[in-house]
Amino acid sequence: MTQKSKIFPSVDAVVADIPDGASIVFGGFGGAGFPNNLIQGLARKGSKNLSVISNNCGTGEGELGILFKNRQIRHVTAAFPGPGATYFQEQFDKNEVELELVPQGILCERLRAHGAGIPAFFSPVGVGTEIAKGKEERVIGGRRCILERSIGADYAFIKAFRADQLGNLVFRKGARNFNPVMATAAKTTIVEVEEIVEVGALDPEVIVTPFIFVHRIVVAKGLRYV
Amino acid sequence: MSKPRLTREQIAARAALELPDGACVNLGWGIPNLTAAYVPHGVTVYFHSENGILGMGPRAPKGQEDFDLVDAMKVPVTLVPGASFFAQEDAHVMTRGGHLDVCILGGLQVSERGDLANWRVPGARGAGGIGGAMDIAVGAKRLIVTMEHTSKEGARKIVKVCDYPLTALECVNTIVTDLAVIDVTPQGLTLREVAPGFTPEEIQSFTEPELHYSGQVPEMFASTSKN
Repeated sequence: MTQKSKIFPSVDAVVADIPDGASIVFGGFGGAGFPNNLIQGLARKGSKNLSVISNNCGTGEGELGILFKNRQIRHVTAAFPGPGATYFQEQFDKNEVELELVPQGILCERLRAHGAGIPAFFSPVGVGTEIAKGKEERVIGGRRCILERSIGADYAFIKAFRADQLGNLVFRKGARNFNPVMATAAKTTIVEVEEIVEVGALDPEVIVTPFIFVHRIVVAKGLRYV
Repeated sequence: MSKPRLTREQIAARAALELPDGACVNLGWGIPNLTAAYVPHGVTVYFHSENGILGMGPRAPKGQEDFDLVDAMKVPVTLVPGASFFAQEDAHVMTRGGHLDVCILGGLQVSERGDLANWRVPGARGAGGIGGAMDIAVGAKRLIVTMEHTSKEGARKIVKVCDYPLTALECVNTIVTDLAVIDVTPQGLTLREVAPGFTPEEIQSFTEPELHYSGQVPEMFASTSKN
């Protein structure tokens, strides 16, 4: 391996430089594939005024919940904040946190576009709804479409099952979800994994996220909030 | 004085009869999710989940749950032979790209033109949530909405124009309720079936737009047990 080592000794070390005001995308869906150790590390670090992107807004103190409880988040972009997101909902009701609600597939595609170098795209999703407010509309191929801008972040916090020492990643079942696309959409992608194996130990046919998208790796045993 | 309508389970069981053999299907929260238990014998469908699964089987037995293998409602599930895993963006290539044969969503209102409102009640507390509903509604080859025909307060939910926040325009093909099966056609709403014991005139009284029908309207299947 001739690349500089991406492996960090601890969760606290891997999030130690996250500044106030950072933008961060978080993987995870349906209780699976959340980088819960990284989130807990960020809660300990205490970075404030964060702008975050995630499918949902936590379950009680679990997942993103602890960051809302600690009032570390100023703005969130989400598809489904969720009935369990009690700390977010409390702050939302008092106008203490900003929300941009985005259709889930469009959230994926805006992230994908950012990672792929596409600044914006037209889509029929949300035409005629609240989502279309303020967006340019055009008829393309006979279909009404709205302009969606790509979305990226300073950091991606993701969870994979296994990495090799270069940062090639494999995932586990439904815990893959948003993690691969989010890995492409940030300047610095940080991944927590169950284990790290030697370079060459992962079958190239099954690597889902190639190491080019991964900048920091830390081993942390899965934390789950069900 | 009010006659019994179909239960939520019976709505789901009737909706399940709309699923063709071999179809790839996404089910939304609520009544749609109940449909999985009523797929008729001899029919194989491949259930899709937004987190990247095609080919979900029944709920995992107690003690054998794998919490990395969950549906969109966080319920631990199993896989059927031929199942696959993929990423969320590919799950939505399937929804938005028109690759799913049938999608079943819940509804708060459906309009005469097939507009759907299903994600927020006006004036309700909280932020609401769209999830995958807008992508699914826009892309489904065939969209079925399952819901109670009227609200708990008796308000009509099949309306001329939705006044709830919209999910998508002109997307609904069929509405299955506790009172009727209704198809959305270019000519308007066609009453295909009525709940046992109800007349087309009664269904019309619970429905704001005009319902088209002629002659004897058949009765809906009202399941008495799970398959």
